[in-house]
Amino acid sequence: MQATEARAPAATREMFYNEALGDALRLEMQRDERVIVIGEDIAEHGGAFQVTAGLLDKFGPTRIRQTPISEIGIVGAAVGAALTGLRPVVELMYVDFAGLAMDQIVNQAAQNRFMFGGQARVPMVLRTQGGSGRGNAAQHSKSLEAWFAHIAGLKLVMPSTPADAKGLLTAAIRDDNPVIFLEHKLLYRTKGPVPEGEHVVPLGQADVKRAGTDLTIVTWSREVLFSLDAAAKLADEGIAAEVVDVRTLVPLDLETILGSVRKTHRLLVVHEAIKRGGYGAEIAALVAEEAFDDLDAAPKRLAGLETPIPYAQHLEKSVVPQVDDIVRAAKELVG
Amino acid sequence: MSVIDRATALELYRVMRTIRGFEERATQLFGENKIWGTIHSYAGEEAIAAGVCAHLRDDDWITSTHRGHGHCIAKGADLGKMFAELLGRETGYCRGRGGSMHIADTSKGNLGANGIVGGGIPIATGAALTAKQLGTDQVAVSFFGDGAVNQGTFHESLNLAAIWKLPAVYVCENNQYAESLPVKRAFAVEDIAKRAEGYGMPGMHVDGRDVRAVHAAAGEAVARARAGKGPTFIVADSYRHEGHYYGDPRKYQTKDEIEGWRKQFDPIADARAWIVADKVASAAELDGIDREIATAIDRSVAWADQGPLASPIKLPEDVYASD
Repeated sequence: MQATEARAPAATREMFYNEALGDALRLEMQRDERVIVIGEDIAEHGGAFQVTAGLLDKFGPTRIRQTPISEIGIVGAAVGAALTGLRPVVELMYVDFAGLAMDQIVNQAAQNRFMFGGQARVPMVLRTQGGSGRGNAAQHSKSLEAWFAHIAGLKLVMPSTPADAKGLLTAAIRDDNPVIFLEHKLLYRTKGPVPEGEHVVPLGQADVKRAGTDLTIVTWSREVLFSLDAAAKLADEGIAAEVVDVRTLVPLDLETILGSVRKTHRLLVVHEAIKRGGYGAEIAALVAEEAFDDLDAAPKRLAGLETPIPYAQHLEKSVVPQVDDIVRAAKELVG
Repeated sequence: MSVIDRATALELYRVMRTIRGFEERATQLFGENKIWGTIHSYAGEEAIAAGVCAHLRDDDWITSTHRGHGHCIAKGADLGKMFAELLGRETGYCRGRGGSMHIADTSKGNLGANGIVGGGIPIATGAALTAKQLGTDQVAVSFFGDGAVNQGTFHESLNLAAIWKLPAVYVCENNQYAESLPVKRAFAVEDIAKRAEGYGMPGMHVDGRDVRAVHAAAGEAVARARAGKGPTFIVADSYRHEGHYYGDPRKYQTKDEIEGWRKQFDPIADARAWIVADKVASAAELDGIDREIATAIDRSVAWADQGPLASPIKLPEDVYASD
């Protein structure tokens, strides 16, 4: 399954999502010698998901700095390096391991600038990946974006396509703030057209991945692909769903979401993370606060069940929204 | 014991006396309800910050702790801006956003006090990585207490610094207590410096109340780091004169211990004694320095007190950096 970009720019090349990320890293490392990559298994092995493949040969072991398994040491070293003049990109193998590094993410990276009264900048990117769908079970499959969205001082990016992955990673590396860059393990082998050479997608701009008039589906990461498939099925039944990919959760492009809802008058938010306390609640609440009178129905959320991610394939699928679940929820909302 | 020249001896004395004077005044202001939140006094540990920072340039980095006033002063901070921060003024180092536990002075390489025990250790390691990556001869020093040595950040950071031969110096200020837990109940090893061996770096154990001993050990460690020969772990034994925080009832200590050890472990009294005995300077000269410091502190507090209160309207400004 893959998303096709309707408005792909001219000079593009078909790339996998992980290749597109690697392309952004390569170009930014060429452009700025202060950019280094630091993490586990990123050198000869090329990263657990092959994002840094080939970069060791090009940039050497001091800029592709492979580390022991020391999550808080790695993230903390990146914070210190960012405070003092480098622009580190950390690869954390699974977002589930963020718990090991959380103090450095939350109490240090996110807050240093504020606590120091603006004296410091922390230009670092923490790339990691989450999500279910590969039988990795509870400790390697979570969707934890709500953790990071709740922390003042972090930016939060979740790209769904190869082109967005490249453009948003470029913007994240150039940003002077700590950016949490959440990839999805099942997106790495999805393919799409990616602009060649420099490609920047500014943080804070949502993208309408499919236009429609009957309801707005706001979503991100892998659920964008599911939502596009659902929208195609809905179209067969005469329902025109608009799919808004938020791309960056912080800062959030609320204007694009409100603009869509004012057109369709119905909101469905879809995400893989569990529903309770999820970021979908934030979006539903913002729309209710800002566009209540434009709504013809209460905002609806479709999200993960409140369980850890189970192992068995059929169980795993049963706890996160699938294409048919989105179709059903959309019909309930419109019907 | 290395020979310390007159200028260095008097400068070390001046820094230590300034730290003590700052802590005494901060404690007084806290008692007058002018300082909000909490403060952790560095009194008794002055020889460590003074002895180590004497070897650092403005472009060398330090990370500090919740007990951070001493490191800040030894690294060259402005006393007025420090007091202004404690008083919640726009003119404070952190514009009232950080307070005692988060004072930073990046212009002097101070990457901040830290409210998380062990939180600064990986950050200093990252600063040392910057120096190595950019090929400069800068050095990063991390100060932390005996409590932090039992945090995971200590282990991960010292290992990274050792395998990468980073220009870092890790300074454990063993003030005998991790909050209320005595060192003897927190370590099964007698000599904390032995941990260095497990990371493949030199470990040094010094008397942290003797500024000459600290100065000598730190001199070696900083020179080693600057020369690209890798990190060092220093343990400096000391005693915290006050409680963990202002108002600590200190139920975990006896009155005899507090009164006895305060006298026994006073780096400033010790320094006065050898400076006069060795005829480096006279008691009258030292009294003169004391008076200058008292005047400087009075002026700094007065300046801080005149600063405008930090503005809540401007709070969102410092959450994110803009281009």
